[in-house]
Amino acid sequence: MYKALLVRFGEISLKGKNRSFFVNKLVENIENALRETGNFQIEKSYGRIYLYIEDNPEVYIEKLKLIPGIVSISPVAITELDLEKIKELALEIFAYSAKEYPTSFKVETSRPNKDFPLTSPEISREVGAHLLMNINAGKPGRLTVDVHEPDHLLSLEIRKDKALVYTESIPGIGGLPVGTSGKGLLLLSGGIDSPVAGWLSLKRGMTLDAIYFHSFPYTSDRAKEKVLDLARILSKYGGKINLFINHFTDIQMEIRKKCPPKYTITIMRRMMFRIATELARKNKNLVLVTGESIGQVASQTLESMHVINEVTNLPVLRPLISMDKTEIIQIARMIGTYETSILPYEDCCTIFVPKHPVTRPTLKDTLEAEKDLEIEKLIAESMEKSETVIIG
Amino acid sequence: MREVYLDNSATTRPLPEVVEAMVKTLQDNYGNPSSLHNKGLEAEKILKEARQKIARRLAASPEEIIFTSGGTESNNLAIKGIAYQYQNRGRHLITTEVEHPSVLESFLALEEEGFEVTFLKADRYGRISLEDLRESITPETILVSIMHVNNELGTIHPLADIGKIIKERNPNTFFHSDCIQSFGKMLIQPARNLVDLVSISGHKIHGPKGIGALYKRKGVELRALQTGGGQENGYRCGTENVPGIAGLIPALDALPDYTEQNPCNQELDRLRKYFIKGLEKIDRKVIINSPEDGAPHILSVSFPGTRGEVLVHSLEAKGVFVSTGSACHSKSREKSHVLRSIGLPMEQIDGTIRVSFSTYNTIEELDYALEVLAEQLEIFF
Repeated sequence: MYKALLVRFGEISLKGKNRSFFVNKLVENIENALRETGNFQIEKSYGRIYLYIEDNPEVYIEKLKLIPGIVSISPVAITELDLEKIKELALEIFAYSAKEYPTSFKVETSRPNKDFPLTSPEISREVGAHLLMNINAGKPGRLTVDVHEPDHLLSLEIRKDKALVYTESIPGIGGLPVGTSGKGLLLLSGGIDSPVAGWLSLKRGMTLDAIYFHSFPYTSDRAKEKVLDLARILSKYGGKINLFINHFTDIQMEIRKKCPPKYTITIMRRMMFRIATELARKNKNLVLVTGESIGQVASQTLESMHVINEVTNLPVLRPLISMDKTEIIQIARMIGTYETSILPYEDCCTIFVPKHPVTRPTLKDTLEAEKDLEIEKLIAESMEKSETVIIG
Repeated sequence: MREVYLDNSATTRPLPEVVEAMVKTLQDNYGNPSSLHNKGLEAEKILKEARQKIARRLAASPEEIIFTSGGTESNNLAIKGIAYQYQNRGRHLITTEVEHPSVLESFLALEEEGFEVTFLKADRYGRISLEDLRESITPETILVSIMHVNNELGTIHPLADIGKIIKERNPNTFFHSDCIQSFGKMLIQPARNLVDLVSISGHKIHGPKGIGALYKRKGVELRALQTGGGQENGYRCGTENVPGIAGLIPALDALPDYTEQNPCNQELDRLRKYFIKGLEKIDRKVIINSPEDGAPHILSVSFPGTRGEVLVHSLEAKGVFVSTGSACHSKSREKSHVLRSIGLPMEQIDGTIRVSFSTYNTIEELDYALEVLAEQLEIFF
């Protein structure tokens, strides 16, 4: 029945001269995301995108729902420029889509094709009358027209060579098309939070690269595979991701050897931030993104964040900062990272957790605790042993 | 890099003859054993030969062997098959706390269906008390399932004594034993020891994965779990895994013979003792969890203060492959139920690895593994 999808993008149509840049990005992202879904054609129109498909609209809609920049999607039926055919199709779509019996409705017509013999209000009236007559048959007077607050809205669009009929509107995720807001570097672990933080950044149009700190043998190669899988899931929304796999083992061991156990987590996080900053500079990432949320673990108190943040002068974005774990999990499930995140391979944070980590570190004590580390040398060596995987 | 595989309780490397036999079967003897024509007959002959060879090892007759997809299926078929078949006689079942998950989970599923299950406790070395067993058996008991060799510790359960106790207390109680770890390494005599059902697996004896068998004593009935075209006398329907079964033949041929005078693989025993000696030279606290009189090929060792999984990975970086508990739960975060059940302190469980030998390991390989172990312990802990 449905042979096209109407994709609406609210926010980006407001962006003045940049509009075509935004729309083109969105089209590119849609094409990437749907590459394996089937054959389709895209048509750009003012403020909206039409996707002509062969079948299975549900499968397309499921994917479109999660592409940043899309506000809503409507499945669209198509017929010829013939009033009788339009009426018939309108009735079919109305009956099919009105899940619960509506008490009022409205038909709305737009007519870019001015050659069509009837005007928009005339078409609306004709089709509306047809619906009333047929649907009310046997159920007298139940359904009425309400042009102000209808239960059900049926839209018609008279185009050059065809008429479109649609009524459902499925909300998309909103946001901005990926690739329209600059490039960030995500600190990606195998946990639940950081992929969600990454996805929320993608949602606001950011292009993402990611860094993962690998500490073999303290973390297994399965943990690395898991991070690769998570990056693959993110790349479904955000296109290509450069994943930097940092060799962190030697740093872990040095910290273990030379720093008081209470401070190992704080110092480890500082080392990670230093490396990420260094990498971001080389790779032209403008910000760091982390999955931190206040108070979740010892390293996520404000005191800890303060001390850890001190090693970088890049903005550190923390999209999850105010979220509860349950909210984060909800998003993780929605975007499909949850099942992968909960696979039980240790990541480097869980293995080095001391019995009593300091929860309110001070900068002075931390500097004292890390004074024996040859920080620059360690970072340089670890960067040298790192590898890059291009994902997506 | 050098490769020393010491995780033979998880699985073993198939012998070259095994691979060859499987390839040949896939290429030439691709018939369905149920087919009337000669291609079918060829395949049937392979089944017959393998069946005879397994039967001979268990001092059984070929009709008593049912091919399955492996140890897990054999255990499921034996336990659920007996429980469903004989539930009118009674609904009480007995097993131990230290069984393999394929046994434990089968019993837990039956418990949920309303069967009553007694889980026997084990001591520090994974041994059950025969007195407890005797007392647990009632006129309602239809099945006792006790593994021969524990997969994490190597503890040997005395099947002969257990069989005797069961049949004395209730001659109608069936006795199943998961012999997946012991088959090929020790003497197994089900009929003589009054064991009614025995599970075995192909890939623990240098054979292929995806093939196993269940010995079912003549006269014992089973409710089939998988129905279909009547293969395996209707106990396990589905076209037989002919290449897998063909691969079993050379694996069985390569096994040594065991007798009452020589009930256990001496070569494995020598490797295990050698390894223990080597461990004693490591300058660090080492605890051997396995009992001294355990199976010859399994050794559970704890290094308190370390982490088993980190050791596994640091050894693998040098080409030495061992496991934490058993491979089956190494992927889940849960700590070994066996090591918890025998009451090891958490710190000891955390630092546990399992080393398991094959007759194809050499003393020289063990020397290398010991050297790497000492070195990695030093570096990472």
